[in-house]
Amino acid sequence: MSIFTFDFMIRALLGALLVGLTAPAVGVYLVQRRMALLGDGIGHIALTGVALGFLFSWAPVLTAVLVSAAGAVVIELIRARGRTSGDVALAVMFYGGIAGGVLLIGLSAGTSNVNLLSYLFGSLLTTSWSDLVIIAVLAAAVLVVTLLLRPWLFAVCHDEEFATVSGLPVRLLNLVLAVTAAVTVTVAMRVVGLLLVSALMVIPVATAQQVARGFVTTMLGGIALGVTISLSGAVGSYYLNVASGAAIVVLAIAVFLLVTAGTALLRRRGGAAAARTATTPDLGLDDEHVMADG
Amino acid sequence: MTAADPVVEVRGAVVAYGGRPVLRGIDLTVTAGEVVAVLGANGSGKSTLIRAALGLAPLAAGSVRLFGTPLDSFRERRRVGYVPQRLGAGSGVPATVREVVRSGVLARRGFARLPRRTEAHAIAGALAAVGLSDREHDQVGTLSGGQQQRVLIARALAGQPDLLVLDEPTAGVDAASQVAFAGTVELLLEHGTTILLVAHELGPMEPLIQRAVVLSAGRVVHDGPCPRPMGHHADPDHDHVHPHAPDEDAAGWVPAVRDRA
Ligand SMILES: Nc1ncnc2c1ncn2[C@@H]1O[C@H](COP(=O)(O)OP(=O)(O)OP(=O)(O)O)[C@@H](O)[C@H]1O
Ligand SMILES: [Mg+2]
Repeated sequence: MSIFTFDFMIRALLGALLVGLTAPAVGVYLVQRRMALLGDGIGHIALTGVALGFLFSWAPVLTAVLVSAAGAVVIELIRARGRTSGDVALAVMFYGGIAGGVLLIGLSAGTSNVNLLSYLFGSLLTTSWSDLVIIAVLAAAVLVVTLLLRPWLFAVCHDEEFATVSGLPVRLLNLVLAVTAAVTVTVAMRVVGLLLVSALMVIPVATAQQVARGFVTTMLGGIALGVTISLSGAVGSYYLNVASGAAIVVLAIAVFLLVTAGTALLRRRGGAAAARTATTPDLGLDDEHVMADG
Repeated sequence: MTAADPVVEVRGAVVAYGGRPVLRGIDLTVTAGEVVAVLGANGSGKSTLIRAALGLAPLAAGSVRLFGTPLDSFRERRRVGYVPQRLGAGSGVPATVREVVRSGVLARRGFARLPRRTEAHAIAGALAAVGLSDREHDQVGTLSGGQQQRVLIARALAGQPDLLVLDEPTAGVDAASQVAFAGTVELLLEHGTTILLVAHELGPMEPLIQRAVVLSAGRVVHDGPCPRPMGHHADPDHDHVHPHAPDEDAAGWVPAVRDRA
């Protein structure tokens, strides 16, 4: 392995590791409150942030964080109001984000479509060390929030009204979660791309919760799956020479389908076994019971 | 606090949804150590009344005080426990019974650290009080409707509140567990807890209820002793003798709910 490919591999694996850790850690809360598509919406908005970075030659990762965090706060304010018109407002924001991004990139000189595609679908190849440093700092912040604030975020996502009555700072916690989701989107953008960010937030969690009984086990299982899938997908994409985001997400879906099929099969077998033991010997007892009650 | 101190004071409460008044000027006072039941037909505004008292339903007019403090500046939220009529949309991720009950302790601890043992004790006590100790690690979604209702009661008990507000806590709960719940209420009363609850049928709780407030179309039409049973309870064929005596499952409701002096 040459120095160049070695350096590349280290960067790729580091990026993939950070995404695999953070995306499910935030995603579990989004899935819990049935807002699985929130990451997708933020991803759309982040594109405008990336474009602003190109236009003014600032680091696109930083401008993306700022713009998507602002977008996430607006989304949360709309959600908290609970108006039906909010749905349309969100749609306008999401499409505005993509259109604005493409428009601004068109205006900025010297950025090609290839560059744009690398943000939309992820490209570890063009991720520099300075990008990685920013990503690592952001990822650390995401993990601190999602792991340390777990009891409070869980309570708010599980039952917002009960949390309000309990005196938890519900609005603040909601905003913290929204901004954390936005930060995660930018962490993941170089690895899986803005259009596929949401997949890595949702699919590992959806996979883990098929076998887990509780929230903590789902969260930890999702993170473990996220890391494994993200690392293997990154390595695979290198050898197949395909976009890392696509490879990672396809792998995640494959694992999800496997686990779904596996648990369904086990459940059927378990159900059949239970039925077999339940029918024969208990019949007499059941009859007696009916007689006694009647 | 003396027995006459008002814990909940609702004055002239008006709540309207989409221009349609649901509460039309309601006064309700619950004093310390009282057990008050809110009764009324479906849609009469019972849930809305207690939600307004907790600041969950917006008041178009009127005022609410909790423990003598206007709701807006009320900071001792940990003194209040709430059992909703049902859990809204439900959670997209599985949660164990223990995880849900644990979120009730947060009311008490806020962001502060609570000794692990104190917290474990509060959770265990609350679970024992609703007879679900053996289901602690089960997924809430796999429990029956009545058991899930009991999880919500345990969550409120885990915060060890001074005021417990319950919205139809025994709806869908079997007869034995209702008897047991009445036992828990009795125990809480001995500890000086104030209880405001919505109910359709008081059942075994009836002797504990000190006052009943009956709503009709958003107004109070009765405030005083429990009215005689209405509706299908008044039916001469209705059997008031419940088929099941309290059994060992029910006995689980009663043990030490609160451990503080
Ligand atoms: N969030 C809301 N938005 C619109 N209307 C509402 C809302 N909450 C309650 N209502 C309306 O207010 C009225 C009273 O509702 P409420 O839930 O207080 O009744 P209730 O007495 O608790 O009934 P039940 O016995 O069925 O629980 C109903 O007609 C209901 O449609
Ligand atoms: Mg109701």
